[in-house]
Amino acid sequence: MGQPVLKDTIAGATVVTLPGKPPEVVSLPAATSKPLGAKLAGWAKAAMVNLLPPLITVALILLFWQLAAHGPQSSLPTPTKIWEEAKDLIVEPFYWAGSQDIGLGWRILVSLQRVAIGFSLAAVVGVLLGALVGQSVWAMRGLDPVFQVLRTVPPLAWLPLSLAAFRDSQPSAIFVIFITAIWPIIINTAVGIRNIPQDYRNVAKVLRLNQVEFFFKIMVPSAAPYIFTGLRIGVGLSWLAIVAAEMLTGGVGIGFFIWDAWNSSRLSDIIVALVYIGVVGFLLDRLVALLGHVVTRGTATH
Amino acid sequence: MSYLKIDHVDKSFQRGAATTEVLKDISLVIDKGEFVSIIGHSGCGKSTLLNIVAGLTPATSGGILLEGKEVNAPGPDRAVVFQNHSLLPWLTVYDNVALAVNKVFGSSKSRAERHGWIMHNLDLVQMAHAKDKRPAEISGGMKQRVGIARGLAMEPKILLLDEPFGALDALTRAHLQDSVMQIHAALGNTMIMITHDVDEAVLLSDRIVMMSNGPSARIGEVLDVRLARPRKRLELVSDRTYIGAREAVLKFLYERHRFVEAA
Ligand SMILES: Nc1ncnc2c1ncn2[C@@H]1O[C@H](COP(=O)(O)OP(=O)(O)O)[C@@H](O)[C@H]1O
Ligand SMILES: [Mg+2]
Repeated sequence: MGQPVLKDTIAGATVVTLPGKPPEVVSLPAATSKPLGAKLAGWAKAAMVNLLPPLITVALILLFWQLAAHGPQSSLPTPTKIWEEAKDLIVEPFYWAGSQDIGLGWRILVSLQRVAIGFSLAAVVGVLLGALVGQSVWAMRGLDPVFQVLRTVPPLAWLPLSLAAFRDSQPSAIFVIFITAIWPIIINTAVGIRNIPQDYRNVAKVLRLNQVEFFFKIMVPSAAPYIFTGLRIGVGLSWLAIVAAEMLTGGVGIGFFIWDAWNSSRLSDIIVALVYIGVVGFLLDRLVALLGHVVTRGTATH
Repeated sequence: MSYLKIDHVDKSFQRGAATTEVLKDISLVIDKGEFVSIIGHSGCGKSTLLNIVAGLTPATSGGILLEGKEVNAPGPDRAVVFQNHSLLPWLTVYDNVALAVNKVFGSSKSRAERHGWIMHNLDLVQMAHAKDKRPAEISGGMKQRVGIARGLAMEPKILLLDEPFGALDALTRAHLQDSVMQIHAALGNTMIMITHDVDEAVLLSDRIVMMSNGPSARIGEVLDVRLARPRKRLELVSDRTYIGAREAVLKFLYERHRFVEAA
């Protein structure tokens, strides 16, 4: 770039020269450049466009936080203080030094395991119940109002009941996940099933598909975009619920870690744990979205 | 004995307290291997009639007899090619046909035989080359071809086509009409096709069933098309029988049963 290719004057025409720089011509990339190089450059550019803005935002937040929480009477630790106090938690997520002295990575894994069990149960039961509600007018009339009421109950409100029923914290926490995640899965699946085009139903009828074949070959793939919307909402709610449930039920999950840190006034640890929770929640959401994207690639482009 | 018999079929739709009678006393007998077109103005009840034959819609009274036996539920012996192709978008072309073949011949043909049968039917409609494509990746005409292959692959006693080429451009439509004629000549299927295209009806059919306007549509007239097969589109343009048949249908549609638009 930068080489003026255009002549300042062209015979017969008056060219108004702008003050300052001579006109510039953007040079095209050389024809001999390697496609791989161009590709890498493209990726680098995409990475920069997508990563740079959030990085700058985070840096600005940290800077602002550092300045705002700097005073001696501030109750919130500054980022540098957190780094000093909780460095081991940040840099070493997987250390193991006793039953309650373990890295945050382990705690996250324990919480994730509970979410995995509760959420998988919710997914299976939710899709089946959603299929029932979406398929049958009477099931819909009878069950939908009940679901609509139950889904507004906050996750933790279920905890005392489930502790009373299971008499143990582990299944109770899993039940809370289950009962939190299931409503959006049921409701979205039902909507997806109700939206199956009549044509697909007719194809199934002409072929005399039985209930099971219809469920797997028509219903699930056709409603998949809706089902995955439900799953995505459900996994987000599960993650919200597990942290809260673990605060009350104890154990080694990330939720209990926060409660424990609060009781021993380790604010820095809490903040590190919050970042862990946020990042994992984000990754869970993306994981389900990606899965949905892969599974529904046919349906979405109908 | 008649092959397919539509016997005094009435159809009314109930919506709340209001009842609309769509079809009134439809009777028609179709022979094996016959190609019958149903033509009539939009909304007169052609699709409703086809769906009753397919078993997808129950008749209010009267019934359908196939080889002397009453049929009142859908089944692969009456395959349907829908107007909007209704291929399953998450399945490839091959898998769409395979869904039908595996269901219908799952117990009677081996895996290799089923594969051969799927490819044979895709070949019939010249779609074998696109077997791994998804419906979204092929043109409207190609989708209709696959829909026809899926219907044929069920080896139905009767193939029902609901305005199969309605959404296609004239050139693609002509290609598909030729394909259907070749298939009909080669396999001798019995076919009922709904259309609103007079030329298409005359070119393809042995008989054209003309329906009067709804509500309470009836069969107004049935025209025998006495044209020798195989028929060649270009040669027919100046054929007297062809011109006569065309004129008869046009007269029925535009003189005696003008379409009265509600708007
Ligand atoms: N499920 C239904 N409920 C109520 N009315 C219907 C239904 N299906 C079709 N009709 C009515 O029956 C008439 C005939 O429809 P249709 O058979 O689709 O006509 P065509 O295929 O000839 O254009 C229309 O007036 C339509 O509104
Ligand atoms: Mg129609």
